[in-house]
Formats: sequence, structure tokens, C-alpha cells
Amino acid sequence: MTQKNHVDDAAQAPVVQAQGLIKQFGDFRAVDGISFVIQPGQCFGFLGPNGAGKTTTLKMLMGLSDFDAGNLRVLDQPLPDAARAIRARVGLVPQADNLDPDFTVRENLFMYARFFGLKRAAVGKRVDELLAFSELTHKADAKVETLSGGMKRRLTIARALINNPDIVVLDEPTTGLDPQVRHMIWARLAELRARGVTLILTTHYMEEAERLCDELVVMDLGKILEQGSPEQLVSRLDASDVIELRGSVSEGLFATLRSMSQHAERYGTAVYVYTHAPAAILDFLGEDTGLTVIHRRAGLEDVFLRLTGRGLRE
Amino acid sequence: MRRSIWALPRLRLIAMALIARNFLVWRKLMGPAIALNFGEPLIYLLGLGLGLGHLVGTVGGLPYLTFLASGVVASSAMTTVSFEGMYSVFTRMVPQKTYDAMMATPMDVDDIILGEVIWAALKGLISAAAILLVAAFLGAVPGGFAALWALPVVFLMGLAFAGPAIIMSAVAGSYDFFNYYFVLVVTPMFMLSGVFFPLDSFPPALQVGVQFLPLTHAVEVIRPLIVGQPVAQLGLHLWVLAGFAGLSFYGAVAMVRRRLWV
Repeated sequence: MTQKNHVDDAAQAPVVQAQGLIKQFGDFRAVDGISFVIQPGQCFGFLGPNGAGKTTTLKMLMGLSDFDAGNLRVLDQPLPDAARAIRARVGLVPQADNLDPDFTVRENLFMYARFFGLKRAAVGKRVDELLAFSELTHKADAKVETLSGGMKRRLTIARALINNPDIVVLDEPTTGLDPQVRHMIWARLAELRARGVTLILTTHYMEEAERLCDELVVMDLGKILEQGSPEQLVSRLDASDVIELRGSVSEGLFATLRSMSQHAERYGTAVYVYTHAPAAILDFLGEDTGLTVIHRRAGLEDVFLRLTGRGLRE
Repeated sequence: MRRSIWALPRLRLIAMALIARNFLVWRKLMGPAIALNFGEPLIYLLGLGLGLGHLVGTVGGLPYLTFLASGVVASSAMTTVSFEGMYSVFTRMVPQKTYDAMMATPMDVDDIILGEVIWAALKGLISAAAILLVAAFLGAVPGGFAALWALPVVFLMGLAFAGPAIIMSAVAGSYDFFNYYFVLVVTPMFMLSGVFFPLDSFPPALQVGVQFLPLTHAVEVIRPLIVGQPVAQLGLHLWVLAGFAGLSFYGAVAMVRRRLWV
């Protein structure tokens, strides 16, 4: 597949510039004044609980969703006016499968090329390459309805690449897939990034965000709460370590732990202690606490939970 | 920043991509489709035409089989187009999410609906052509080869019926909703537009009422073309059909935008 050399030439111009985007559904403000810039060749992630406004933001980037206020430019063209021209250079991997069930794997790719106005003869070689890229060559003539979930997702990704896009937008690309497929998809996405394709994705898998993304925003309730590289986000946390205690922690012990640490919280039967000095707390707890003590480095998941809270989103 | 669902639709060639897609699916399921296209009219024409025709004799100077065949060419196009515009379009729009996939490409709702309207009219054309062929074999096409002029009119009436059916799809919550349209629109037209009986057998008030039904106008053109008689008020009938086609296309684009735009 073609290298995206022109992206390097224009390395200065951001591929996405969003300013003060607002999206209202009746009384509900799905996106509440967000601004961000995505550089070419970056993998940019939107992290957030369900209902945070991630999918709506992606739809706005593709001109599929209107916005009520703000400014949005993609590939140096304004939205919504240039939506069709922008979509010609973007590939979308949607959250829900919408492959054509009446067609085979290969027919799905050829047909999708038609929707971009690409002629069958012009994409023959590319279809073969994409089948190989997504490891579906052996399934080329199988009907889509006979494919497993993982194969369908791989085909959806291959389909999103049919127009040789400058940007690939992925809405929860590995949700519901087994670890083998997930790792395979991560490897392919890394390959795309290495070729200079800009990746924009939403996820609520911390591991996925940590592995793939150069830059992350954490969203909740339509707002951007934090932005930075995964390392930056973790380092900005007020603690380097987390000690988790399972069992019955008395109010007295909890109060002491809170005074010794940066932050401590109770959730169900567990207590989470966020600290820069884990050794002191572990010493204080000693051996015979009668509790299960788990000590680990703070990670992206802690950033996420500290920012968005532990309440369920339903 | 908000697009208006009422913005005038644009007609673009990329709509052909949707027609190509639907054709490819149709080709895979061609056997049963053709069987239905030929089998159903054959049974209708033989059963009603010969059975009822035996009792009726001639209608408006035509053998009943000829009268019936020329009407069924039109009514069958209506039914085919309505089914396509409702059940098939709804399937692609809602459970199958085919339109969502297309809208992530440079295709817009305008292109999708233009393609669907033309495709539905083409399917109506296929079923009408099948009936014309069956009728010719039964000797019920006195117009000879000139009867082929009925086909472009069938295509136009197909366009006129596709838009309303797609509007129904755009507002439907489920397939059951289409029952209303069949009971309130398709079946009354089927019975009242002169397919089975001449209009002058109705009470005068009803004769005026049926002038507002597009199928009446389609039958008024298609029947004389098939039986080889001059068409009265050709321009009026074609303008009515074209008006239905244009307005309902606009309405269909707007309603599908309302449903699919977020």
C-alpha cells in the first residue's frame, strides 16, 4: 500500500482543528465546548465512559453530525461545508457492524470502493492487498454472515482503508473481541501509523489507549477533562502508587491511611490508597492485617477513575 | 452549522453506486424474483381474465382479459415499487445499517434516495414487462409492439410511487407500520383506479375522487397504449405522475435526512 509521503511534506498543518464544539440533543448537551488539535501521523485517542460524547465527536469530525456552535476543520477544510470532500479522504470503522450481509468478503470491498466513486478495475490490486492485510484472503469468497465477530471487524477495518485514507477513525475498534484478534488489530493499526496515517479512536480499554495513542483526551459528560500522552497523564496523577486493601477496613484505619496518603477512597469492600510513598504505608500495615493487600504502580485506569469517578453510567 | 433537512436535494451520478449494489443483490436472488414476476400475473390473468371474463364479456369495447391485463401492468408496478420502497428500504436503512455505511463515504442521503427511487422504479418496470409479456402470449396485447411505449410510463409511475413508500420507511418504527399504507393507500388504489372495472361504473362523486389517485392517471395512459388506442389528455396524466414523483422524492429525502442525521 502507498506510503503517505505527502503527510510528511505538510507536517506542520494539523489534520484536525476543533474549537469550542457544542452539540445539543434537546435538553441534553452531548458535547460541551471541546477544543483539540490532532497532528498528522498521530494516534489520537478519546477516552471516556459511555455517554461521554466520544462517538458524537467522531461523527462531527466526519461531517455526519451537525454541531450547534464552534469551529471544525479537518484536512484543512471546513465542516460541515466540505463534508463530502473530507469523507473521501477518511476511513470509518464504526462501533456497530454494518457490512453488507448479502455479499462476500471480496464483494464488500469492491462495493464499498464504488461508494467512493472508485472503479472496479482501479481497486482490484488494493482489494487483494487489504485481504492480505486483514488476514482474510482465505475467506475472500465467504459470505459475510458466515464470519466470526473478529473476522467481521477485520473486514470492517479493511473496508475503511479502501480509499487509501489520510485519516482512519475507529469507534471502539476492539470492543468484544478475543485477545488474539485484539492484538492482531493493534499490530495492524501500529503498521498504519508507521505509514503516516493519522488514527483517531475512541476506547474504554486502558491497555489499548496506552499501547496505541500518542495523545489522549479524557472526556466525561461532554467535556474534555485532561489531555496529554499516556505517560504525561499518569505522571500528572497526585500519586505514583496504588495500594488496594480488600476485607473489612475499620473507620479508624481508613482515617489513618487517608492522613498518610495523597488520597484514599472506599468502594464496596475495598479501599484504594493513592500515595507517593508506598513503602511507609506497607510498613505501617505490617504483615498481619487480615486484609488482602495489593500494591501496584498507578496507571491510566487510575487516571481515568480519578477523573470520571466510580459511579456507573447507565 | 445545522444542516436543514429541507434543503433541495442534489442529483449526482454517484447514486448509480447504490443502484449497482441493489442490482448485485437482486441478481443473486433472481430465481425467486423472476418466478414471482411471471407466476403471479399469469395466475391473475388466467383466473380473473378467463373466469370473470367469461361472465363479463367485454368492457368498454375490449375483451375483459385485455382490459384487465392493461390495468394489471400498472397495478403490479405500483405494488412492486411500494414493497421495495417500504420493506427493502427499511431493511437497508434500519436493521442492516447499509445507509450508515454509505454515509461514511462521499455519498449523502440525496444520493442514496435518488438511487433507491430509480432502483424501485426499475423493479416496477421489470414486473410490468413480465406481465406485458405474459399478456402478449395470451393474446391480450392488441397494440402490438407499440404497447412497449407503456414501459417508459411505467417507469415514471414507479418514480411517483417510490417516494411515498420511502417516506413511510423513514417514519416507520417497524415493518408492521406498513400495513397502514397498504390498507389506506395501496389497496384502495388497486380497487378504485380502473384496474378491474371501468371508472364510469362508479358513482359520479367517486369518479371525481379517483382523479386524485396517481394510479388512475397511470392506468389512463398505459391502457390505451397497450390496446392501441389514442391516449386522451396524455400531458395532464404525465404531469400528475411527474408531480407526484418530484414532490415525493423531495419529501423522501427530507424524511430520511430527519431519521439518519444526528
